[in-house]
Amino acid sequence: MAEVTYREAMSAVLAEYLEKDDRVFIMGEDIGAYGGSYAVTKGFLERYGEERIRDAPIAESVIAGAGLGAALGGMRPIVELMTINFSLLAMDQIVNHAAKLRYMSGGQFSIPLVIRTVSGGGNRLGAQHSQSLEGWYAHVPGLKVAVPSSPYDAKGLFRAAMEDNNPVLFVEHSLLYGVRGEVPEGYYEVPLGRSALSRQGTDVTVVSYSRMAHLCRQVAEKLAGEGVSCEVVDLRCLRPLDLAPVFQSVTKTHRVVLVEETWATGGFMGEVASQIMTQAFDHLDAPVVRVAGKEVPMPYSRPLELAALPDEESIAQAIRDILA
Amino acid sequence: MATVRAREQTLTKKELLEFYRQMVLIRRFEEKSSEMYGRGKIGGFLHLYIGEEAVAVGAISVLEPQDYIVSHYREHGHALARGMHPNVVMAELFGKDTGCSRGKGGSMHLFDVSLGFYGGTAIVGGGMPISVGLALASKLHEGSRRVALNFFGDAAVNEGEFHESLNLATLWKLPVVFACENNGYGMGTAVERTFAIQEMYLLAERYGIPSERLDGMDVMTVRRRTQAAVARARAGEGPSFLEIMTYRYMGHSMADPVSYRGRSEVDLWRQRDCIEFLRRKLLGEGLASAEELGSLDAEVDLAVEAAVRFAEESPFPAPEELYSDVHSPRRADAPPL
Repeated sequence: MAEVTYREAMSAVLAEYLEKDDRVFIMGEDIGAYGGSYAVTKGFLERYGEERIRDAPIAESVIAGAGLGAALGGMRPIVELMTINFSLLAMDQIVNHAAKLRYMSGGQFSIPLVIRTVSGGGNRLGAQHSQSLEGWYAHVPGLKVAVPSSPYDAKGLFRAAMEDNNPVLFVEHSLLYGVRGEVPEGYYEVPLGRSALSRQGTDVTVVSYSRMAHLCRQVAEKLAGEGVSCEVVDLRCLRPLDLAPVFQSVTKTHRVVLVEETWATGGFMGEVASQIMTQAFDHLDAPVVRVAGKEVPMPYSRPLELAALPDEESIAQAIRDILA
Repeated sequence: MATVRAREQTLTKKELLEFYRQMVLIRRFEEKSSEMYGRGKIGGFLHLYIGEEAVAVGAISVLEPQDYIVSHYREHGHALARGMHPNVVMAELFGKDTGCSRGKGGSMHLFDVSLGFYGGTAIVGGGMPISVGLALASKLHEGSRRVALNFFGDAAVNEGEFHESLNLATLWKLPVVFACENNGYGMGTAVERTFAIQEMYLLAERYGIPSERLDGMDVMTVRRRTQAAVARARAGEGPSFLEIMTYRYMGHSMADPVSYRGRSEVDLWRQRDCIEFLRRKLLGEGLASAEELGSLDAEVDLAVEAAVRFAEESPFPAPEELYSDVHSPRRADAPPL
């Protein structure tokens, strides 16, 4: 198996769909001449031409809405919203329209729309460029929300998103683009709504997604050296949500640590905690513990930014504490 | 030449009678909806199109079957003019399973994909980007053969989506016709109090879009001007903008006590009523007799009564329908999992 970066995996799978379906086109800010702000679509404009690699004005609402309209018109658009922070300007089209047209028309439409965007902090980009708002979208029935943490999942989940007939918010993480991982040559998919048991263990169940899942796996490696055996579940997709592996794991470990990058208040892991309470309460030997971002807008200054984000040490400490 | 003129005349008479029928249908349908709302058969918001009938009828008359319509929440008129059956529209207002959106949409969310009728959306300006996207699909894949006709109200002009949509449609020369129904009020607030430039079409013109203001009480004017706009779109020449001056006689919705405008203003517009205007033309020019129009009126009354009966007798959606249609199944041509 070849080892590639998350960026390379995304780049390859985008090209794959441009090659195999002429109804696929990409539309977004600075994806063409600039090459993509995270260089995922570098060289695409030269290869596929400006009809299919469409540099759009900085106008997120019409980018998302025109993608939605084009999907209704029989195309298979891939829309790129440069970051999830900017997606708030497109929220009307995503939440009020894309998520609801099928239902409120009594099932008359399919909406094969994939919206790629980038989430997360840790790049010293300050309060307006560092949010992880994917949980907001996961709140909305009618949307699907993929949150890959590895090159393998990025490629596999993206294929599943493209083969789906519904609006999918595909949320990449800015700090994962350089991460390497093995990706098979042949076709495979990672279905939307199937969590992964990333690592088997016996002492504690650690649940996370996106970059935090990547960190949790590293923490698990490290703690193994201290004699702590972590079972790591990577959600991979927030809606549809698959918690079966979590419930199963809890019956074995009896302890759960939930890790997310964003604020705990109203955060997605609150939902996970609630479902664990409902489904696996009798198996718990300790209250569910949450690790999350600090409840502040993201500061710029490096030491403050580091203090605001969960890191390997804070995750490891939470795991040690729950086992203490 | 005489033959050609004669043929045009015949065609015109037939068309004008059809316009008359459609406009009366919309008006009677709306009056009946109001009555049914009063009786508690229809709930939620109900926005009536009474007064604006010539806009929908004139504009939609020039579309081809493959064209798209994207409308707003005051869209019963557009749906009926596009040929949606009054039965399924009324059933939708009643929340019945036989409604055009299977009772899941309601008054503000009428849809019919077979007629290219893409809503019925109820966020001001929200349909505009979607119409741009439909036009983009048409341009990319069908040589602009399909035109998207987008209705929105005067208040949408203040939304960002208005500007984003006009800009992109011009930039990419998309086959979309922006039809602004300027009825003078965004809900209860007069256009003069909300919009810095009174002539909306001038604003659109600054985006490089062929734009004009026209009389929305004259169905033939609406038809003629929309025809030119649709032809431009289909020829690959890009978007057009029509500011269609019209008026709603009733309140914004059934909940509106209409405290913000005077009786005299309404009366002034009623004197220019689009149905009366056409009626006088048809009679005055000898294109139709009072009996002919009377029989059309009677036909419409029957259709509206039948629609109410159909809606009454239709079942509500089954409880399990609550969960259907949230998502589409995986695409049919996807690789097997």
